[in-house]
Amino acid sequence: MKTKIDVQNLNLWYGKNHALHGINLDIYKNKITALIGPSGCGKSTFLRCINRMNDLINNVNIKGQIIIDEKNIYDKDVDEVSVRKRIGMVFQQPNPFPKSIYENIAYAPIKHGIVKKGKSCDELVEKSLISAGLWDEVKDKLQEPGTSLSGGQQQRLCIARTIAVEPDVILMDEPTSALDPISTEKIEALMLELKKKYTIVIVTHNMQQAARVADYTAFFHMGDLIEYDETETIFVNPKQKKTEDYITGRFG
Amino acid sequence: MKIKQQSKVAFESKNKTTQVKEDVIKYMLIAASTISVLTTFGILFSILFEAIEFFKLKSFIYFLTGTEWSPGVENSKFGAVPIFAGTFIITIIAMFVALPIGIFSAVYMSEYASSSVRSKVKPLLEILAGIPTVVYGFFAAITVAPLIVKVCEFIGLEASFNSALASGIVMGIMIIPVISSLSDDVISSVPDSLRKGSLALGLTMAETIKSVVLPAASPGIIAACLLGVSKALGETMIVVMAAGLRPNLTFNILEDMTTVTVRIVDALVGDQAFNSPATLSAFALGLALFVVTLILNIISVYFIRKFKEKYKVNSL
Amino acid sequence: MKNKNNPFYDPSLKKRHASAKRFKFFAISSLVIAISFLVFFISDMLQKGLPALQQSYIQVEISYNQKSIDSPRSAIDRSLRRVVSRAEIRQIPRKIENNPQLMNTTKFEWILADDQVDQYVKGNYYKLKNKDKKKIDELKKQGRVELKFNSIFFTNGDSKIPEFAGIKSALIGSILTLLVTIMVSFPIGVMTAIYLEEFAQDNKFTQMIEVNINNLAAIPSILFGLLGLAIFINLFGLPRSSALVGGLTLALMTLPIIIVTARAALRSVPDSIRQAGYGLGLTKIQVVRDHVLPLAFPGIMTGTIIGLAQAMGETAPLIIVGMIAFIPDSPTSITEAATVMPAQIFTWAGMPERAYIEKTAMGILTLLTVLISLNTIAVYLRKKFETKW
Repeated sequence: MKTKIDVQNLNLWYGKNHALHGINLDIYKNKITALIGPSGCGKSTFLRCINRMNDLINNVNIKGQIIIDEKNIYDKDVDEVSVRKRIGMVFQQPNPFPKSIYENIAYAPIKHGIVKKGKSCDELVEKSLISAGLWDEVKDKLQEPGTSLSGGQQQRLCIARTIAVEPDVILMDEPTSALDPISTEKIEALMLELKKKYTIVIVTHNMQQAARVADYTAFFHMGDLIEYDETETIFVNPKQKKTEDYITGRFG
Repeated sequence: MKIKQQSKVAFESKNKTTQVKEDVIKYMLIAASTISVLTTFGILFSILFEAIEFFKLKSFIYFLTGTEWSPGVENSKFGAVPIFAGTFIITIIAMFVALPIGIFSAVYMSEYASSSVRSKVKPLLEILAGIPTVVYGFFAAITVAPLIVKVCEFIGLEASFNSALASGIVMGIMIIPVISSLSDDVISSVPDSLRKGSLALGLTMAETIKSVVLPAASPGIIAACLLGVSKALGETMIVVMAAGLRPNLTFNILEDMTTVTVRIVDALVGDQAFNSPATLSAFALGLALFVVTLILNIISVYFIRKFKEKYKVNSL
Repeated sequence: MKNKNNPFYDPSLKKRHASAKRFKFFAISSLVIAISFLVFFISDMLQKGLPALQQSYIQVEISYNQKSIDSPRSAIDRSLRRVVSRAEIRQIPRKIENNPQLMNTTKFEWILADDQVDQYVKGNYYKLKNKDKKKIDELKKQGRVELKFNSIFFTNGDSKIPEFAGIKSALIGSILTLLVTIMVSFPIGVMTAIYLEEFAQDNKFTQMIEVNINNLAAIPSILFGLLGLAIFINLFGLPRSSALVGGLTLALMTLPIIIVTARAALRSVPDSIRQAGYGLGLTKIQVVRDHVLPLAFPGIMTGTIIGLAQAMGETAPLIIVGMIAFIPDSPTSITEAATVMPAQIFTWAGMPERAYIEKTAMGILTLLTVLISLNTIAVYLRKKFETKW
């Protein structure tokens, strides 16, 4: 098992509020890692550190290292734009751009110079939509606005758009909490397919979802990483009492 | 001992006088509300009425298409094309100044500026909006126009002291807050999730603004432009003080030309009889102004509504 | 910069980052340009207007006697007659009338200098005969020419004699006009707002009212002047140039602002207050009048002050209803001919004498000061009464 993301002693402050306390974690390549924990425990904050989205918030102070491909992404000579190219993110609320379905997907790859307008771009769009399991449903209406799709379809569109940039890692912040059960099922199946090519880290407040899709699970509580192990161990045989309390519903 | 008989009714009916009082007040409120409606129609009809008097005397077609405007002469002609042209040219110059500065200032304030900078800068732009237009007019006539003449002399061009450029530039300055204020509100209302989505794909802030935020805000920005144009067309003091009086059909912005509002003022401030065509021409011009600004305003409201629906924004 | 071992360094990004920097630069420079207009403009006004705070005075000998009453010019030495203000000379007979003890005396007094002398003393372009110029230089050496604070600007009305012109009559005119404006637009505006917020249902009538208010706000101000001319003056026969007509015209213009801000103020009162009132068995009018309105009042006041400030700066519609006559004496009623401050500024700006330039600029500074004060009061009120629900 290769480590894709090596988190070392990560600390984060929102102003004076110490939100993440010395997190140490190895995220493995081509596995799905779930981050669980009660509201406000820091799992989403931690997720956003991986693609440096927290840099966009004022008053945020980050110490520690996140090492990907032997480079600490918080080094001074690292371009955070290129980090986000390699590490994609899908958000809780589907947020397609006010453009056509085609444009939603083609937009970033063209900007990054991955493809040029024309045949290679068309192929990339098709490939991404197929990988996201959306191609059959939209292949005849690529020029329709992205916002004309249903919630579940929009989320898959966002996934397709993330894949089109050819990242190594896909981060997902509660990707199905705003969707209906059928769409959720489709996306969970998608995740299991995608992990063959990508490393996936998903934040979820739904423990059953973690149990269904994740290979590894990390339990966060009030800014600390309490326990991190194979999913089965966490849910069947947790080593920490706090973990057991959370799993059994005693709080959160 | 008389015991007061228990009232058989569970709830009393409304006191008659209170009800009447309530109704009277309510009708007074309704009457007050209709005043705004009456005013709009009052403006429309009073202008329309006098304009029709004018068109009884002078040709309507020639008014819209004729190129000679000479009111005082025996064979007076009232072709408004040079006046319309002057109005549009000065408005276009104003928009050239106000649009880029207004939109980019709005972009800076809503996307780049920290909240402390923004809270200090926004009121400054509001000050520009609060300056009376007569003051802008003085500034245009006494400072800007001579400056332009001097600069043009220096580069070998000849500029009038009433150049369209002078009034256009100052009018543009006056309109900057109209554009920037509404654009700022609209751009800020674009949901943050769109920005986050774009940035997470590895795009720079500038690319995000250009390709995601501004297009999303475009209906609102178009509305802001239309409002700016409407304000420029109706502006009076700057042009009365700094632009010319004579209708001059030309594209040379260094020459003097006149606008609809200037001619309205000129027609009504003289000693001519009220029913003379020269005086009534003010109402014909006023009608044209009313119709055009009304149309612009309606289109602008439509665009703002489109934006509000798209993003379910209520704060505009 | 470690390029080889850095998987997160992408040379193609250099161009994009440079482009992004340029974009940000455009944005910030637009803002800077807009603000520098403001700075340039204010400093220009200050530079042109502040000199008007001082006027030149000359110390001369005045003889008060019978001859002076018949021919005032003779009261002053011939060589000085052209350099003192004509207005001062005209006042001599009246001075004797008011103060009979002056009769048959000679006094050394400081009196106002002619406007061209004032321009010369201040270093501007002037039109003086060489004779007079030499006389002034001579007097300066004797210390008989001084710049004193120009209180005349605030105590006098308009005048055809530049050095004697002041803004008082226009100020009074503005006050009277705005009084009319407020007394008409405030009740109508607030009542309309109350109706729309508290009583109106979502029907065609309400929609029509709201559309109309919207349109009213966007109509060019000069068209309100046409309305005033056609209806208030021609149809109703109200006196032209009066504060009454001007005030009515401005009232119609101010309605939309008052309505919009009053509505916002009413809307900000939480519904729980109303529910509590109804729960106690009060009628709708009672709830609105006694409970909602007092809470919304600060917001309504703020909106009214802002509307007033806007009305104070309006010129175009008032020109159309005739308020640009020459008004030397302050009006005493709303039916007398009057002028307002912005109109006075407009008139002075059109005067040929150079001395009026600084008067105009000073008038502008006065107007701006009043506006800034009004707006500051409005903001202060808003902050002070801003209740966090």
